[in-house]
Amino acid sequence: MATNRPRCPTAAFLLLLLLLYSENALHPTLASIEEGERREEFTEELLLKPLPDRKVLAHFHFQSSAPPSAANGRHHYIFPKAIAQLVRKFQIRELELSFTQGRWNYERWGGFDPVSIPNAKPTGVELWATFDVPLNEIDYTWKNLTHALSGLFCSSINFLESSAAYSTPSWGFHSNYSNLRYGALPREAVCTENLTPWLKLLPCRDKAGIASLLDRPSIYKSHYHSQRLKLISSKLVGIILEQTLSVVLQPSLRRNSPVSFNAGSLQPSWSVNSLFGKKVTGHCVLAKVSRIYFELEKKLASKVDELNPLNSWNNSVLELLEVPSREFRELDASNNPGSSLLYEFEVSISNESAPLNIGIHWKLPLIWSCPHAPFRVSRYLMGSGNERGSIAISLQSTQLHEWFLTTSDGCAVHVVIFQVVPWYVKVYYHTMHIFIDGKAHIISDVVRKIQISPSEDKLSPGSMELMLSLPCNIHSATIIVDFDKGFLHIDEYPPDANQGFDIPSALVTFPDFYLSRKYQLDDSMQYKSTLLSKFQESNSAKRYTEVLLVPLTTPDFSMPYNVITFTCTVLALYFGSMLNVLRRRVGQEERLSKSKGTSIF
Amino acid sequence: MRWFWLLASAAVALRLLLVPFAGNLNLGSRPEVVTPVTSLRRLAEGYWLKQSSLSPYAGSMYHGSPLLLIMLGPLTVKRNDGEPTHIVCSLIFVLVDLCTALLIRAIGQKLELTNRKSLKLLKLSKPSDSFGVDAADISSLIYLWNPFSIMTCLGSCTSPIDNLMVVLAIYGACSRIAPLAAFGWVMATHFSLYPAILIIPVLLLFGYGPDAPPSKLFKEKSPHTTGSSVRILSWPPILQFLVWAAIWFCYVLLLSIISLKGFDGLYEMLKKTHGFILAVEDLSPNIGVMWYFFAEVFEFFRVFFLIVFHVNILYMISPLAIRLMHRPCFLAFVYIAISSMLKSYPSVGDAALYLSLLGLFANELAEMKFSFFLFCGYIGVSLLSPVMHNLWIWRGTGNANFYFATGLAYTSLQTVLVVESVSAMLNHDRMLRKELKKA
Repeated sequence: MATNRPRCPTAAFLLLLLLLYSENALHPTLASIEEGERREEFTEELLLKPLPDRKVLAHFHFQSSAPPSAANGRHHYIFPKAIAQLVRKFQIRELELSFTQGRWNYERWGGFDPVSIPNAKPTGVELWATFDVPLNEIDYTWKNLTHALSGLFCSSINFLESSAAYSTPSWGFHSNYSNLRYGALPREAVCTENLTPWLKLLPCRDKAGIASLLDRPSIYKSHYHSQRLKLISSKLVGIILEQTLSVVLQPSLRRNSPVSFNAGSLQPSWSVNSLFGKKVTGHCVLAKVSRIYFELEKKLASKVDELNPLNSWNNSVLELLEVPSREFRELDASNNPGSSLLYEFEVSISNESAPLNIGIHWKLPLIWSCPHAPFRVSRYLMGSGNERGSIAISLQSTQLHEWFLTTSDGCAVHVVIFQVVPWYVKVYYHTMHIFIDGKAHIISDVVRKIQISPSEDKLSPGSMELMLSLPCNIHSATIIVDFDKGFLHIDEYPPDANQGFDIPSALVTFPDFYLSRKYQLDDSMQYKSTLLSKFQESNSAKRYTEVLLVPLTTPDFSMPYNVITFTCTVLALYFGSMLNVLRRRVGQEERLSKSKGTSIF
Repeated sequence: MRWFWLLASAAVALRLLLVPFAGNLNLGSRPEVVTPVTSLRRLAEGYWLKQSSLSPYAGSMYHGSPLLLIMLGPLTVKRNDGEPTHIVCSLIFVLVDLCTALLIRAIGQKLELTNRKSLKLLKLSKPSDSFGVDAADISSLIYLWNPFSIMTCLGSCTSPIDNLMVVLAIYGACSRIAPLAAFGWVMATHFSLYPAILIIPVLLLFGYGPDAPPSKLFKEKSPHTTGSSVRILSWPPILQFLVWAAIWFCYVLLLSIISLKGFDGLYEMLKKTHGFILAVEDLSPNIGVMWYFFAEVFEFFRVFFLIVFHVNILYMISPLAIRLMHRPCFLAFVYIAISSMLKSYPSVGDAALYLSLLGLFANELAEMKFSFFLFCGYIGVSLLSPVMHNLWIWRGTGNANFYFATGLAYTSLQTVLVVESVSAMLNHDRMLRKELKKA
């Protein structure tokens, strides 16, 4: 002990040094964590928009982003861990999953505006993804991913696992993606058990902020709702998770409002409270941006402008229930202020005592229409009986392109059709023909590009990617292709076999028609809104067609035993009687019977 | 004789008359006429796929031979001037049918000749149980006037070609033209697999010559004479046939490889043609029983029953061959009938072939039992089956079981036909022996 004593002060000094050093060393790491936390962002936004057919579109937009994760390892501050793990495990480059109930009404709710193009989705579940894995592992990764998503969102996405359920479009679905896998489940019922896990991905769930408006009964009695999740991941920007929920609601007519003689044509007045039964009482504290937008469409805004050029939000036509904090005007292609109007409401200023109840009160009846895509698209089945039929995709011109492409007579509109059919719909691609304005044409006259992968029985669906080049001045075009209905093994029929089988929606894209909406911003550098930057991305117009219901013949499910026994009886009859005939020796039999005869008598 | 040519040309004229209406009759999609293997519509799809630089076997549409694709494919392409596409094909099939009928007649004449020769050797007059009709003309006219074969001819399916190849093989073997017989046999096997079992009757024809009474009778008649009267197996024609068969086989494979160059190749072709026939992948209804059986049977028994069904054809080969060795043509008829009864995708085209071959033995089978019952049964089934199909598929009021029942009845009828004809032929031989003993 005595020998140790003189060293004690030195040791204490060294310890102190170490402490000081470590203090210095710790500071930067703490700082970097804080920096990382700051860089993980969450924004919540809501867009409200009156629709021409007296309905209201509410479009919720939540975006979480996580920077490249080298700094903070596996831990996240606000980004959902489940999604980060998913991305890391399956090396997802891009993924989009949507749950939809109802059908987007392209004619009344718009087919060519920044909300409808990415958010109008086919009924049921649609999933597509691209991966950062070698080519031969993609299918395997996809199968695992479907199972993971199925567990994560309490749905039957795992049915997309079988190779007969998903397809590999090369250019028809997205023009610039390779190794994409696409699957759709049109029959999937979407309900609150899918919404709850989706909400769990938000940092405040539905306890605070804009998400607290998501009242289940009002969402699920809406005319259309689509909940979407989009993931983009790259080494540069990290992971971006975009969650949107679009609902088309029918505002209830207020009973206590005075019934005027023109109440029928007056648009119903509504507010957030009347739509969702709740008011906005403060923002999610973790959100960097928390705003509500109110949009007046181009044609509506121009009508309002005509009547009242001074104040666009409180005038003789309409009145907004809250005072907007900002007002934007859309810039059209030549950067002149167009007429679509956007009002912004800052959610963070509201609280329990001063809730935000955004709404509109109509004073004069107004009629306006929505921007349309160049063609109305519908798809239908032709033929009767359960043996064969035809699928027709019909395009009806909306005459929109007349002022879009005002070139000479030789102009052409490009249309890309992407259609996946299950294997039991056996399409004869050689029967494909097209009617343009009612006259039959050879399909090769209008096809620019074609990619067919024919269906393999029980192995892969048939997918068709077509790029047509149609003359501008046509009114209608119809593509017809014949098919035979397949016959399935009894185990392959679903429990409700007589209801029929669904063919997923086809996607029709118009690559010539791009849309990107810019707004007039005074401080465009500082002003950040993920929703408005989404609007700025250029999207080509596209439309999903209807889901087709194909009735298939059913065998008798109740009598496999009878069939087996009957068939085997006939076979045994053949086998036995044939052998009997071959083996028979008539002479011997005659002799035998003779000898018997003699013995008896 | 004059009768024959008159009736034959009338049959051809009838076909030609019906050709323009074939499209409206929609025979090309009738399950009785067209099977997934023989469908011309699927062939057109395969040709289209090939034209768009995909493998014709991509997807599960086309299951036929790549050679048919080359021959018939260009004829299926829709023309710009709106001319119906099936007409050229149908004209070809009329021609093919006429060839088949004439070859059947030639086979019949050969059989007649040998029959007369052997009866002279046995010093017998015409057997008492025969009709005394010209079997060759009868069978040929049966083929030409059979509604089944008319429907097959007009129904835009490739079974007339399959039938021609089978008949070609038998004719070649009867007249001992080894290259022709080998060509027919190889092509028929290549097109529809089942004619592979015809190698036994063809070899017997090469070895022993056409049908004759059992050789035992000749020995009994003249135990001391040898040579010309007693038939002995001659090896050289058999070897010649085998060599030619090998040559044609390699040739067909080579042509297939060339025509499928750039695609998945031979393995894919075998999987999609013969593999498709053996595995019964397509469960669409037809006049057989396999489709419904495999649509209903439990998945884990599937392989077992597949083996049972196919082995049923193979099992009967050797007993029949032993018992009917002296009558190779009749043996060929029995094999064709059995395989068209138990094949995975049967159609009335197969029935048309074996029914007309049955006509070749009209004299020998005069004592056949149940012939009236069979006649009525065939008519009844061919009337009921489309009705049941219509009720089930088109009206939705019937049930799959009704249609399946007609399939079962049809199979039973064929069973009775095959068994009774074999029995009658054996009885005929017994009768010959009795007459010989009497004489």
